[in-house]
Amino acid sequence: MIRGAIRFLDERTGSAPLLRKALRYAFPDHWSFLFGEIALYSFIVLVGTGVFLTLFFEPSLARTTYDGVYDPLRGLEVSVAYDSALRLSFDVNGGLLMRQTHHWAALVFVASIAVHLMRIFFTGAFRKPRDLNYYIGLTMLVLALLEGFAGYSLLDDLLSGMGLVIAYAATLSIPVIGGDVGFLIWGDQFPGSDDFISRLFIAHVLILPVIIGGLIAVHLALIAVPHHSQFRGGGATEKNVVGTPMWPGYALRSLGLMFATAGILFLLGGLIQVNPIWQWGPYEIYDGTNGAQPDWYMGWLIGALRIMPPIEPSVFGYTPFPNPFFGGLLVPSLVFGFLYAWPSIERRISGDGAVHHLLDRPRDNPWRTAIGAALFTFITLIFLAGAADRIFVSFGIDYGTQVWIFRVAVFVLPAAVYLLTKRICEELRESDWHPLRAPPPATVTRTARGGFELTREARPRRRS
Amino acid sequence: MLVLLALAVAAAVMFIVAYALEWSTQVLGLAIGGALMAIAAALILAGKRVAPGKQVTEERPKFPDRRAERELQRDIERGGRGVSRRGVLLGGAAAAGTALGAAFVIPVASLGPKPADRIGASPWRRGTRVVSEEDAQLTPADVEVGTFVTGFPEGADKRELGSPVVLVRLRPEDLELPSDRSDWDADGVLAFSKICTHAGCTINLYRYPLYPPQSPGPALVCPCHYSTFDPATGGERIFGPAGRALPQLPLDLDGAGRLIAAGEFSGAIGPSWWGVRKGT
Repeated sequence: MIRGAIRFLDERTGSAPLLRKALRYAFPDHWSFLFGEIALYSFIVLVGTGVFLTLFFEPSLARTTYDGVYDPLRGLEVSVAYDSALRLSFDVNGGLLMRQTHHWAALVFVASIAVHLMRIFFTGAFRKPRDLNYYIGLTMLVLALLEGFAGYSLLDDLLSGMGLVIAYAATLSIPVIGGDVGFLIWGDQFPGSDDFISRLFIAHVLILPVIIGGLIAVHLALIAVPHHSQFRGGGATEKNVVGTPMWPGYALRSLGLMFATAGILFLLGGLIQVNPIWQWGPYEIYDGTNGAQPDWYMGWLIGALRIMPPIEPSVFGYTPFPNPFFGGLLVPSLVFGFLYAWPSIERRISGDGAVHHLLDRPRDNPWRTAIGAALFTFITLIFLAGAADRIFVSFGIDYGTQVWIFRVAVFVLPAAVYLLTKRICEELRESDWHPLRAPPPATVTRTARGGFELTREARPRRRS
Repeated sequence: MLVLLALAVAAAVMFIVAYALEWSTQVLGLAIGGALMAIAAALILAGKRVAPGKQVTEERPKFPDRRAERELQRDIERGGRGVSRRGVLLGGAAAAGTALGAAFVIPVASLGPKPADRIGASPWRRGTRVVSEEDAQLTPADVEVGTFVTGFPEGADKRELGSPVVLVRLRPEDLELPSDRSDWDADGVLAFSKICTHAGCTINLYRYPLYPPQSPGPALVCPCHYSTFDPATGGERIFGPAGRALPQLPLDLDGAGRLIAAGEFSGAIGPSWWGVRKGT
């Protein structure tokens, strides 16, 4: 059977030599290489469950009366979109499992991309020749954020509306052209024309996923062209790749990871409730709720909006920077702008424009690791600031006080983390200490004068 | 491994049964998730058994190839050899491309109207009656001290951003309205846009002092980013990121003692934009 299939393919495509080579493709072994794969497999689950959902969801703001099985909302006048989201949750067999798995997969998708990005950053995997692929990966992260936001904004529940109006305000806050851009997207003043939800729908189910899917293909191709990067040790050099071959080792293992990712997502979707739109209720512009929190990957933007001082300058009667501009547009633009610029910044400052296939350990480049840790601290802080009201409810720390703490901390803590990380990395580099490996043997000698002297035998570094 | 595969079969069959019998989401999730996890375990185990720690060393593909680069450049340049006025032609091609690109992009304008008169607009006019969500006419008696009521312009679309107002009643001695708004209340009832001037969320929290001598004064609060406005002073921002006061709607009473608007909002409703302080 195998022979027949190979024949069939090779006679038509001549691909046998290529496939044979692909089977020997070496995958360097390291746990941190798996986050990208988890993102890929989450995407597959997203597409699968998403296709199921589109068969039932109706992107329409027309009014209808809910008369499904969920008692507390029966008889309420709601939009067709919200009504169909409730129906596919409660009346369609297996619908809630699909919807919740879809939502969980989105949360894991963005999370695994974010962790993957950190791996790439801290190991210097973005250096030539992989800088091009790093930009593509960053672009996919931006698109994934938009895609996720568009997804949970479609359902026209209270949380959707509260998120969308903030997106509308952020769009309006673009200097000079914000009003025009906002009207182009929404078709009118918020909540916009009835076309808006169809636009959002087509962006969520076609435009963004197709772009992301296309970029995934390019991303994988650009990984395969120079082959994987690898850590030092075990005979790894700049000129070779040492690892598990695609067949039989890696293919089985990676397929296993795919099934495990899907399995965990379906378990989450079946067992742990996420985004209970029936509890939020439908959105009306005159309704709101306290304690609403967005999906996790939007939290940092809420925090940035919240701790921004009430600055809204007026210049000759115009308002160049409406307040949401700072937290909603400037902060994410600076963060992503910095990440996009980083490979060139590092190349310029370090003067190292060479090709690198061997990865750094985070300690090998204390300066870069410290910068990354500082940026991560900043984002974590504004993320926490986005939960300041929940912190108040849980721990009783006054909200106004928290805002001031965060305003100071977002500048002070990253600087402190920068210095601390740099120092730790330098120490680690000196001592070659590793949390999971036995420390290098050390000898304590009593000196003639009564003191002690510690001599560490330098562990033979696993360099090639 | 066989045990795991058998487990996968069992769980998958269980999913089919659970689906057919319309069992709960939890059972469905456990069954399908269990089947996937069993297959995952079988695959990972197989990977470990079949190829335990087998490592290969591959040569990395060699690039760049400088010679090929030079030849490619030469071939491209050779194609344009003998063509006169190359610069002008290239300029013309660039112009044609740009113009065509612009022509393709311009239909995007059909997506939305010019914001000109619509942005920040509201249906409230002098004399518009204030009604409840159920279209009942509101009177000052409907608004008690210490709580808020949502009002709408009679006959207008309640889902328009400029429609909903939040009505609160303050004791006369607490009012500190600016002098040009001293008559904007009706029997102590004040009206403000219910849409926050920061990011457009709904003002649906009303903080009212439980013990006035010690508690902070009454305030309208937005739950999204906690912009806080003081109704006593005509909607001035007292906390949070909002850059503008909450627009106030002047109120009056008609002959029958019902609430009506005495004019239009004191400023543009909704989030700020470039021309928010100019009106358009």
